[in-house]
Amino acid sequence: MELADILIKFGLIVVIFLISLVVAMYSTYAERKVAAFFQDRVGPNRAGPWGILQPLADGGKMFMKEEIIPNRASGLLFIVGPSLAIMTACIGSAVIPWGQPLHIGSKVVDLQVTDINVGVLYIFGVVSLGVYGIMIGGWASNNKYSLLGAIRAASQNISYEISMGLAIIALLMVNGTLSLKEIAEQQHGWHWNVIYQPLGFLIFIVCAFAETNRSPFDLPECETELIGGYHTEYSSMKLGFYLFAEYINMFVSSAVMATLYFGGYNYPGMDWVTAHVGPVIGPLIGTVVLFAKIFLFIFFFMWVRWTIPRFRYDQLMNLGWRTLIPLAIANIVLTGIIMTFFGK
Amino acid sequence: MESLSNKKKVLEAKPLTLAEKAYLPAIVRGMGITLKHFFKKDVTIRYPEQKREFSENFRGMHSLKRDEQGRERCTACGLCALSCPAEAITMTAAERQPGEENLYREEKYAAVYEINMLRCIFCGLCEEACPKEAIYLDGDIVPSEFIRKDFIYGKDKLVEAPLNQ
Repeated sequence: MELADILIKFGLIVVIFLISLVVAMYSTYAERKVAAFFQDRVGPNRAGPWGILQPLADGGKMFMKEEIIPNRASGLLFIVGPSLAIMTACIGSAVIPWGQPLHIGSKVVDLQVTDINVGVLYIFGVVSLGVYGIMIGGWASNNKYSLLGAIRAASQNISYEISMGLAIIALLMVNGTLSLKEIAEQQHGWHWNVIYQPLGFLIFIVCAFAETNRSPFDLPECETELIGGYHTEYSSMKLGFYLFAEYINMFVSSAVMATLYFGGYNYPGMDWVTAHVGPVIGPLIGTVVLFAKIFLFIFFFMWVRWTIPRFRYDQLMNLGWRTLIPLAIANIVLTGIIMTFFGK
Repeated sequence: MESLSNKKKVLEAKPLTLAEKAYLPAIVRGMGITLKHFFKKDVTIRYPEQKREFSENFRGMHSLKRDEQGRERCTACGLCALSCPAEAITMTAAERQPGEENLYREEKYAAVYEINMLRCIFCGLCEEACPKEAIYLDGDIVPSEFIRKDFIYGKDKLVEAPLNQ
């Protein structure tokens, strides 16, 4: 690898990292605004015009807060928890193809940090690693509510990962590859996977809600039962990391859903557009389209949060084990039958 | 026993239909409702910039009135203080000196008149008790302060502005 390539990759990593942080930051603002609009309110509007400086004010407040580590807490693990949560949230975006390769002169710049051929598995690995941040934090707090929240998070993630994986298997049968780049390429134009896998997408999105601990599956931090859940004992920026990790997770899982099921950077008529605006602008338009899809998904996450009340824990488990897993298996069988008799 | 009002309705728990069991139709309907609210106009009144109109009989901050010639109406009779259930009003009476006829309407006036706004419950009994129509609760909301002492309003804050000066 040449030095130029390494620099380009490094730049790409920094840019993606910054973008995911900024998106997560403004998701907190968007969440409050969206919540306000759904409830006929105004939302934050004091910090700057329309309150757009609100995330900065929130961040500043988080840093200023007193740092409390409980006496009986396990010191090291108490710090490892939130660090792990935010780290795993940030590394998930490494395999997402953000656009078609750019052709700048003779150079071909890949808009993907790394194209490992098991991209989907990598995402799964990172997602299941993410629960460790919550588990360790909850356990290290030495607080029964934190522990209950952590246990809930762990069992919830394990249960929903199964149906998520089964939903992906059907997708892999259609696409025949684990590389996110190739999956995105196969959905060229309007051949989006959601058309071939509507049931799989439904299962996947429900599981995504559970994996990111978003309402209606936000039982690990269920305020009405567990005070603050796994982050009861956390304050200052360590709490900020946990909350921030949730929003980064939301961004990454929106990106994954957009890539896996909604064509990633593909949009109808993209060839025509690329032919007319050139090989640099064209793929960048695709990137913009991908981000539009991601923001729509983030909006959908928020829309659901402010509509559907929280599930009870037994309902959550029932839904995961008795409904989604059989449904996902049926989806695999159905996909197999259709592929055998009608081809793709 | 037979119901007299005939309003009793016997409900029976029907088993859920498939659509109800699947959650999704209900969720979609709920999301439709929230989406409708998303595009609705918000009902918030942005307070410090916009103010809601008070009703006719709103009772706000007190004001001590002047008569047509700009003289203070209050004669420091003390009926307002007596009627006050929260004991928020105190005053000290003084005698009008010759040459002060354009300032005070009667021979006696309130040299000091204080209302503790933290005690006041804005019941309006003082304005009902006043025989001289000197006190009315027709002002704005009492503004917030940092120190308790600042909530004790003296004549400087209570007396109406002089007529034409």
